[in-house]
Amino acid sequence: MVKKFTAKVITTNRLLEGDAVYLTRDGIWSPEFGDAELFTDPAGASLALETANRQTLLHVGAYFADAETDPSGRPSPTHYRERLRSMGPSNYCHGKQAERANV
Amino acid sequence: MYKYSEFDEFFVRRRVEEFRDQVRRRLDGSLTEDEFKPLRLKNGLYLQLHAYMLRVAIPYGTFDSRQMRQLADIADKWDKGYGHFTTRQNIQFNWPKLADVPAILDALADVDMHAIQTSGNCIRNVTADHFAGAAADEIADPRPTAELLRQWSTDHPEFQYLPRKFKIAVSGSSRDRAVTKAHDIGLRSIRDAGGSPGYEVLIGGGLGRTPMIGAVVREFLPESELLAYVESILRVYNLHGRRDNKYKARLKILVHETGIEKLSREIEAEFAERKKWFAGVDPELIEALKSAFKPPEFNLSRTGAFERRLEKDSGFRAWADTNLFEHRCSAYSIATVSLKPIGGTPGDASANQMRALADIAERLGHDEIRASHEQNIILPHIRKDDLPEAYDVLAASGLQTANFGLVSDIIACPGMDYCALATARSIPIAQEISRRFAALGIEREIGSMKIKISGCINACGHHHVGHIGILGLERAGVENYQITLGGDATETAALGDRAGRGFSADELIPALERLVEAYLRLRDSCRETFLEAYRRLGPEPFRAALYPETGKLAA
Repeated sequence: MVKKFTAKVITTNRLLEGDAVYLTRDGIWSPEFGDAELFTDPAGASLALETANRQTLLHVGAYFADAETDPSGRPSPTHYRERLRSMGPSNYCHGKQAERANV
Repeated sequence: MYKYSEFDEFFVRRRVEEFRDQVRRRLDGSLTEDEFKPLRLKNGLYLQLHAYMLRVAIPYGTFDSRQMRQLADIADKWDKGYGHFTTRQNIQFNWPKLADVPAILDALADVDMHAIQTSGNCIRNVTADHFAGAAADEIADPRPTAELLRQWSTDHPEFQYLPRKFKIAVSGSSRDRAVTKAHDIGLRSIRDAGGSPGYEVLIGGGLGRTPMIGAVVREFLPESELLAYVESILRVYNLHGRRDNKYKARLKILVHETGIEKLSREIEAEFAERKKWFAGVDPELIEALKSAFKPPEFNLSRTGAFERRLEKDSGFRAWADTNLFEHRCSAYSIATVSLKPIGGTPGDASANQMRALADIAERLGHDEIRASHEQNIILPHIRKDDLPEAYDVLAASGLQTANFGLVSDIIACPGMDYCALATARSIPIAQEISRRFAALGIEREIGSMKIKISGCINACGHHHVGHIGILGLERAGVENYQITLGGDATETAALGDRAGRGFSADELIPALERLVEAYLRLRDSCRETFLEAYRRLGPEPFRAALYPETGKLAA
């Protein structure tokens, strides 16, 4: 039996900064998971990943992260690893959570 | 201390230039990520969850005020104002930017430091007893041996592509503070019947996925034959270590699968050949290195300032009670500076704390500092009567935590807060344990306790050899923590026994509290440590405390 496709976003780490970024509908990389385009069909997702991985000077290699839609309609990570990666470490206000606080 | 020779300096600078060029070529597209990744790893640069991470070697944990200040400056200039001391006597910076790394490596080279061989399948930073050169119980200073091994292993052409990483630890005392039995090679300084210096050689120890205690492969190896013998071990491992499965590629698996007797014969056969090439080389080198690690000139006078402060200051008394260790010279103490403030991140030091430590070392500590594998900083030579002044500087920087060897002196790997390999977080667990037992106010009543936490099976947090070990895993999409009991990292090394099913993060702290309460109830006197009680009673009463529900079922 073919496994049911779960919704995904495309993510990677930027080459210069090393921080996590997410592919948006406009084809740019956002530091926010919630800005990502949520792929619900396998063919579209694969094609987008292939395209993203041609941008070899921007990032270190993209991959799929499982996602779901949160109550506000934006994608959010289903696994805790991606949730932590989208926030920053829990011991200091560093990384994305700090950047958000500075906005 | 050993100072770089012209050759060391040239070699390190050349590597920085090489890496600068590699970064440039990655950024202009001449190198792909797949090509660049092994090159950056060769220079200690990892990519973690949120950023790059640079792992800097502190060879055998020994450094000085100049180096510590430079680490502080690097933390301020290119990172977020702190560094993380690891269980491998290294320091890690968690937030460098790729384009800045060549400049960071240059700054390290300015103070005789580098990040070479802190990653990859090569011989890693050689570790040693963190009380080296200072402990009253020392037979021989392990650092000349460790430095010899550093020089020999750095860029050794035959051993750059081993089946897997390779770790060597050296202890110079009958008490093992370097976890030698959990290393690929453990060297323990001893003397033969005639009083000549040498080593007991252990091989095949290691933690990780398949934890094993090292086995003695040579009961006495003369000091002068060290390199030939170690090279023979490496050669046999390099030839026969498995390369088909990275999880079975460490020396411990070869020892396990071949048997120590057979492997020992192979090593001895190789050694018989190699020894011919090394004749006459080692002794000269060792003597030169020994003179580089000459003990400082100790000031033996006493003023009584230490006793006077003990008398009137309970905070100082508490600190002196736990954090001082007997020095080879009676007018001195070895001071452990805890990097485990209550609720803090084990092993982290801010740039200002690093500068305070550098100041004390320079002014009051014969300019010597050690990084401990237990993620603390050691000031190895503080005159007893200077301890009050040193303590005041520590206290002004929040470094006066009096908990060395107690329940809040926890080893914890970075876990999933930073590490890309982790399966669960370690740091928040350590913080919570530390806060909980501090709130209960029973730390000193509990006494000696080693809690060690790893956020994945690779066991950087040494959980197998913790009196209480905690391993963070994923179970059904949430973090889950397995407990092992009765591990020991010392000369009586033992791997802990798995207690039973794992706990969620919420269940874990109450479970540990039940475990510790059971120990306090069961011990035969307040002098019997947790480990001794566990050895006397076996796991059952402790399991019953962890899993009260199974006890009820059985009853």
